[in-house]
Amino acid sequence: MAKDDNSGKDLTAADSSTVGHEGAPAGTAVVVRDAVANPGFPPHRPRVTDLNPSAERQAERTVYTLFYLSIVGSVFAIIAYMAFPIIEEDPSSVRLNNLFIGLGLTLALLAIGIGAVHWGKALMFDHEGVDERHPVRGSDETRERAVEIFHEANVESGIGRRTLIRNSLIGALIAFPLPAVVLFRGLGPMDTNPSALLEHTMWKKGTRLAIDPTGTPIKASDVTLGSAFHVIPEGLQDLGHGKLEEKAKAAVLLMRLKPEDINEPADKKDWSYNGIVAYSKICTHVGCPVALYEQQTHTLLCPCHQSQFDVTNQCEVIFGPAKRPLPQLPITVDSEGYLIAQSDFTEPVGPSFWERN
Amino acid sequence: MSTATTTTELVETKKSGGLTGAAANYIDERTSISTAVKELGRKIFPDHWSFLLGEVALYSFVIILLSGSFLTFFFHASMTPVEYDGSYMPLKGVEMSAAMASSLDISFDIRGGLLMRQVHHWAALLFVAAIGLHMLRIYFTGAFRKPRELNWVIGFILFILAMAEGFTGYSLPDDLLSGNGLRIIDGMVKGIPVVGTWISFLLFGGEFPGEQIVGRLYSLHILLLPAIIVALIAMHLLFVVVHKHTQYPGAGRTNQNVVGYPVLPVYAAKAGGFFFIVFGIVMLMASLFTINPIWNYGPYDPSPVSAGTQPDWYIGFADGALRLIPPGLEFVWLDRTWSFNILIPLVALGLFILVVLIYPFIEAWVTGDKREHHILDRPRNAPTRTAIGAAGVTFYAALWATASSDIIATHFKVTMEGVIHTMQFMVIVGPFIAFFVTKRICLALQKKDREIVLHGYESGRIVRLPGGEYIEVHQPVDEYERWKLVSYNDYKPLMIRPNANGKITVGQKARAGLSRWFFEDRIEPVSSTELERTHGDHH
Repeated sequence: MAKDDNSGKDLTAADSSTVGHEGAPAGTAVVVRDAVANPGFPPHRPRVTDLNPSAERQAERTVYTLFYLSIVGSVFAIIAYMAFPIIEEDPSSVRLNNLFIGLGLTLALLAIGIGAVHWGKALMFDHEGVDERHPVRGSDETRERAVEIFHEANVESGIGRRTLIRNSLIGALIAFPLPAVVLFRGLGPMDTNPSALLEHTMWKKGTRLAIDPTGTPIKASDVTLGSAFHVIPEGLQDLGHGKLEEKAKAAVLLMRLKPEDINEPADKKDWSYNGIVAYSKICTHVGCPVALYEQQTHTLLCPCHQSQFDVTNQCEVIFGPAKRPLPQLPITVDSEGYLIAQSDFTEPVGPSFWERN
Repeated sequence: MSTATTTTELVETKKSGGLTGAAANYIDERTSISTAVKELGRKIFPDHWSFLLGEVALYSFVIILLSGSFLTFFFHASMTPVEYDGSYMPLKGVEMSAAMASSLDISFDIRGGLLMRQVHHWAALLFVAAIGLHMLRIYFTGAFRKPRELNWVIGFILFILAMAEGFTGYSLPDDLLSGNGLRIIDGMVKGIPVVGTWISFLLFGGEFPGEQIVGRLYSLHILLLPAIIVALIAMHLLFVVVHKHTQYPGAGRTNQNVVGYPVLPVYAAKAGGFFFIVFGIVMLMASLFTINPIWNYGPYDPSPVSAGTQPDWYIGFADGALRLIPPGLEFVWLDRTWSFNILIPLVALGLFILVVLIYPFIEAWVTGDKREHHILDRPRNAPTRTAIGAAGVTFYAALWATASSDIIATHFKVTMEGVIHTMQFMVIVGPFIAFFVTKRICLALQKKDREIVLHGYESGRIVRLPGGEYIEVHQPVDEYERWKLVSYNDYKPLMIRPNANGKITVGQKARAGLSRWFFEDRIEPVSSTELERTHGDHH
């Protein structure tokens, strides 16, 4: 008989039941005494292939035909490998190679699969079998023996009694993986503070603004009203290692607006030149390039999570998950009329990080 | 001597079986394999289409292993810059990582290489999808109940690992799209308080993107994660054997038996054949449909990006969660940056995952039912569970759809802001709507079942009575069909009572509250007494 759970401590007795076959508590389950009885298995219904010998022969033919077809598919795939080679600088040859090897293999695989399933469903003996279930738990005898074994092991080893041995072993087992944690420090370069790296970029006073990706410096006169340029610092292309790392911080968008459209605070009045403004291209949310410039509304849109920045208003966030405005790069022109940076960014660019303040 | 006679006997039996018998004897004498055949060879597996979902997952994994092994022979997991010199003209001479260049070589210079890449990618998408659907089947039929709670946990961990495998693999070609995915991961990691900056620094071996990450992800992708997945799959299947498979309610089926076809031969033929069908369909997709055309995206560069960037489908829910955060949730406090625009999605998704992981234990605690359950519930017969599931699905689906917010906006010509605001509403309110609607539908379906059992089904035959009244004749269901409608578990809300010390604890109150929420609306199964009574009415 099943009992209510927690031995009746915290609930009224649920209707008792005989359903749990190992007598486990049924909890709040309702067990109806006058439940409808299980009618037992329905009569077996023979298949067409059991009743009609010609249907059976037809099924047999289908199965072996499919298996032979599979062989055809395999052979076809091998022939296709040779008959449709990849010809250099001919993209359609790649397509044909892919298509015909693939179709051959598809036929080889599907025909085996469908044939085997059809064999199983139409021809193999189709009377269902019944297995008895037994409780998952071990029998009481087995469990007692298991407890006994642990007890014997305890007595024979003395692990419960010799507490010094036990505790020192536990300590040793906790300590030994710790060096691995230290070893993982080597994943990043030693003697480097990651947050310090994020504080500065490649831009310096006098660095020319250059077109991404060619590296051609940009003259202020080339920047027409309403245009936008993807910009990198001049010299970035000549870097060997570390080029992408620098680019990931230094990428800039350059746009020219009507000077009267730009709302500039007094301390940043001279950061733009003739309505030309430069902002970091790296989103302050999680770092995607804010590459989409909506010229009519002067907004920048990040294609990853749709943060929008108002170029006329210090690139403040007007929509989306980003919080901080895109950092502005102070620019001016040099004696030859090329746009140059006045300095590095005055704050870290890109996504926020813990040490940023 | 007795030993001598046994030997001769063995020799004789060996001879009688011919070559197969001799081989079997040779192996059995060294492995005792006959024991395994005896135990497993005629083991019964029940049949139902929904049981195939787990098989699809397993088979996709095998396909992934096969195609992935092929790819490892050609792929270079290195970010060393090289100048591309392969067959694909538009990128000739472009500087890119060795990983990207070798991925292009696999696609354009190795016969069948593109096919294997596409088989690998399609099978990976199918793998995660099949696990997801398999989990939904388990959930909505209550297959996670005792004794299968731990197998639910293993399966769920496999789901997480499958997504991890997917993401690490997606990042390996080092193309523009996958690089942007890593950039987003980097940004999210940096937003984690205290350790974020350091984790990013160690993960990328310095500053993003560095030249380490592809090699590191490769180790995870082809060694560590697959090893864990293989071990967990082995455990998962071992438990299926130990527990024996669940079965749907049906005439003759009880909690003490399992009805179906034996492994040898029917199940082996069907399941084995099904492997080839799954493989064949993946192969067909790989032959006909391009997936992840990295040659269109080009190598990774932190500056360009294309509109409409999207991750593989299974990462969508996380990307969507990032998009839904309203502006301004980032603060400087105590001289440190607190990025709640990152933390809220991370914590919300973490909680969601945790609730799904422990759901079987919550339900077991609420019902207090300690019995083993081997007969599956029809979803309608567990209305609250089904409604919770529908709410969870809605939450996930809303997050997932949000990952395409920009595409929805451009495609349907609506504003970006409008889409985001709608999805914010859907993520928060949608689950509640789904919960109530689903629960009502379940209860209504249960009522319909009762109606059918008690009064039969509508036969469509209209009869005119002598008095001029028209009635539709109802046909009674046969007893086998009826059994499916009346044999289900029913629970009552828990009534609390003081314990031995005369106190009602907080835990009991919580449990009683949850129990009421679960079970206060309930439709009892038809009993034999009711059945007899209505039979009297009808005849």
